[in-house]
Amino acid sequence: MSFIKNRKIFFIIASILGLASIAALLVFGLKPGIDFTGGSIMEVEYKDSRPETADINSRLADLKLGELSLQTVGEKGLMLKMKELDENIHQQILSRLSDNPNGEKIAFVEKRFESIGSVVGKELKDKTVTLAILSLLLVVGYIAVAFRKVARPCKSWQYGLVSLVTLFYDILLPLAVFAVLGKFYSVEISIPVIIALLTVIGYTINDKVVVFDRIRENLARGAGASFQEIVDISIKQTLTRSINTSFTVIVSLAALLVFGGDTLKYFSLALLLGVVVGTCSSIFLAGPMLVSWVGWRESRRAGKGRK
Amino acid sequence: MKKRNTYIILMLVIVLAVFAGLFAYPNYFNTGVDNLNKNLHLKAPHFPARPFQLGLDLKGGTHLLYEADLAKVAGGDRSSSMQGLRDVIERRINMFGVKEPVVQVQEKGDTYRLVVELAGVNDPAQAIKMIGETPFLEFKEQRPQAETDQILAKQKEVKEKGEANYQEVENWQIAFEDPYFISTQLTGQYLKRADVGSDSTTYKPLIQLQFNDEGAKMFEELTAKNVGKPIAIYIDNVMLSSPNVQEKISGGAAQITGNFTPSEAKELVRSLNAGALPVPIELVSQETIGPSLGAVSLQKSLQAGLIGFLAIIVFMIAFYRLPGVLASLALGIYVALVLALFKLIPITLTLAGIGGFILSIGMAVDANVLIFARLREELALGKSFTLSVSEGFRRAWPSIRDGNLTTLIVAIILFSFGSSFVKGFAMALSVGILLSMFSAITITRTFLKTFEGTRAEKWKWLWK
Repeated sequence: MSFIKNRKIFFIIASILGLASIAALLVFGLKPGIDFTGGSIMEVEYKDSRPETADINSRLADLKLGELSLQTVGEKGLMLKMKELDENIHQQILSRLSDNPNGEKIAFVEKRFESIGSVVGKELKDKTVTLAILSLLLVVGYIAVAFRKVARPCKSWQYGLVSLVTLFYDILLPLAVFAVLGKFYSVEISIPVIIALLTVIGYTINDKVVVFDRIRENLARGAGASFQEIVDISIKQTLTRSINTSFTVIVSLAALLVFGGDTLKYFSLALLLGVVVGTCSSIFLAGPMLVSWVGWRESRRAGKGRK
Repeated sequence: MKKRNTYIILMLVIVLAVFAGLFAYPNYFNTGVDNLNKNLHLKAPHFPARPFQLGLDLKGGTHLLYEADLAKVAGGDRSSSMQGLRDVIERRINMFGVKEPVVQVQEKGDTYRLVVELAGVNDPAQAIKMIGETPFLEFKEQRPQAETDQILAKQKEVKEKGEANYQEVENWQIAFEDPYFISTQLTGQYLKRADVGSDSTTYKPLIQLQFNDEGAKMFEELTAKNVGKPIAIYIDNVMLSSPNVQEKISGGAAQITGNFTPSEAKELVRSLNAGALPVPIELVSQETIGPSLGAVSLQKSLQAGLIGFLAIIVFMIAFYRLPGVLASLALGIYVALVLALFKLIPITLTLAGIGGFILSIGMAVDANVLIFARLREELALGKSFTLSVSEGFRRAWPSIRDGNLTTLIVAIILFSFGSSFVKGFAMALSVGILLSMFSAITITRTFLKTFEGTRAEKWKWLWK
């Protein structure tokens, strides 16, 4: 199978997925977590039996907690999400959760409490955007510098730009999955998810570097007749390696996803999605895009020459 | 000759690996030593057991973020004012009995924040209450000797009774009073500010106090009454200093001289100002993780790491045969080295850090896979084993370098994110990446070179 000859098929599939992702993001939008919006989360576990959620709701009704959401966790656990709280109200909630109409206290432990101020959340949002852009630029810049000695027909900035586009794609698809998860399972975009996606940038660029590196080497050796052929050979040569290394990373991430507990669940999911998409995009998109670009420029140049 | 060098490096790698492994997990070794010592009556030493530093999310604790309102403090004094607040709060937390609390000032533009991290606090609400209290600065004068003797005697009595029964002592409350000093009317609200000055002749640092009008009068009375005697300055019931009064001081400006080092003088001034001009603080964010949740997280993430590690080893051996075994060995050494380094630096391990570490295990294999893939190719071209090894490394290196450095760039950017979750992750990932490059180019290479010129190199099925 030739990766280059079939490139139109890959481009079409990729475009469909990409457009679907953009549509999902536009229609559903992302659900930012309290890290970014401000708000609070409380997780408690009752010792013996948990009161009915309706009962708990009515106990907390007059505290003005904003949009209160109650979610049961396991048999005795309870998760509460609401607006940001000061310590005073926090304590009031705790005491109401343990109140019993017949006077006795219901025993429970507070496993976790987080209250994030909206100002802090807003700052973090701005910072995330800056850092994401900075990461992309620096990584792409590195590629452009590392490949500066590569001979024709591709300039080093073209490698950089192709990696930028594919990296963007690697982030786009996982984000779309989170948009869908957010819509139907109210999964939020938290700091861990953002960190995972930023790490995806750093990691999947690896795969692209390995493919480009081969192209660079084969160009210098003169391993193929045309640029097309050289890229095709390079992709085939690196194929086993790309699949194998991604596989080992996927294995360790899958272990983290399945066995790692709740806190790291979406963190590992985001990484996993990113690595899978990244591996595919470096095999099916990065090289073929270079070829198409070079072909397009050459045909344009030839067209100009004829006039 | 060259071969001997390889063996020397191999020995060094093995010794390093054993030490790192023992350092990371000395339990089995130390129990073994105990058994030997018991049975053979030896006195073999233990391997130092240093614990991992765990973050709040793994051992349980509270992370508090306060925003300070410095509207009343002049621009130039704000930094020192925050330091004073920090000192005051740190002192209170220490009295609360928290081990290694973190109290940090974050300064960014016009916002001044205070980060407080308390590990293993059972009652965060109480800690929050205590931190939020306004610092109380007061000036005290000496107690008459008779009273001092009485209090000291009572304290002795109470101590003898023990903690459980001290209330049986008559007038036991007296024992809890300050035996040497007695409160006066003069408190922090009458102090305008304090500054560090220097003596005009000796150039030694001294402390200048400036009282307001009312305070000046009170201070004048107090000094007149206590010439030749000490006056003590207390903040939150802890004595800061007890200078002797040399003469009556009027006009509201006083100096404290003494053998201060410049940094002692600064710290004292900061505390005085914290009491004179209390900075209101507001709790803007709070995160509390119960110890039980932390323990579960730790156990689960370690389990996940172990399963991932084993799965990778199975895969590597199945796919790459002997090189796979070597890579697994190198990976094992890599894990031991990273864990030892985590302890040595030390890096505080958070849940995210463990996630980053597990990710780096997956990535560390990458370099090995690249090298082995190249090795196979070179062998397939019919080159000799020795040549294939060196060529394989030479050709794999640029990809290893570029791939790891780009990830490192992102990890460093992440580090500037600031939040502790992210820092833990970025730190673990960076250490992991740097060590994985080291492990690929020294450990794996040495392992492969050990086989040069041996019979094993001819068994092609082992390598392909």
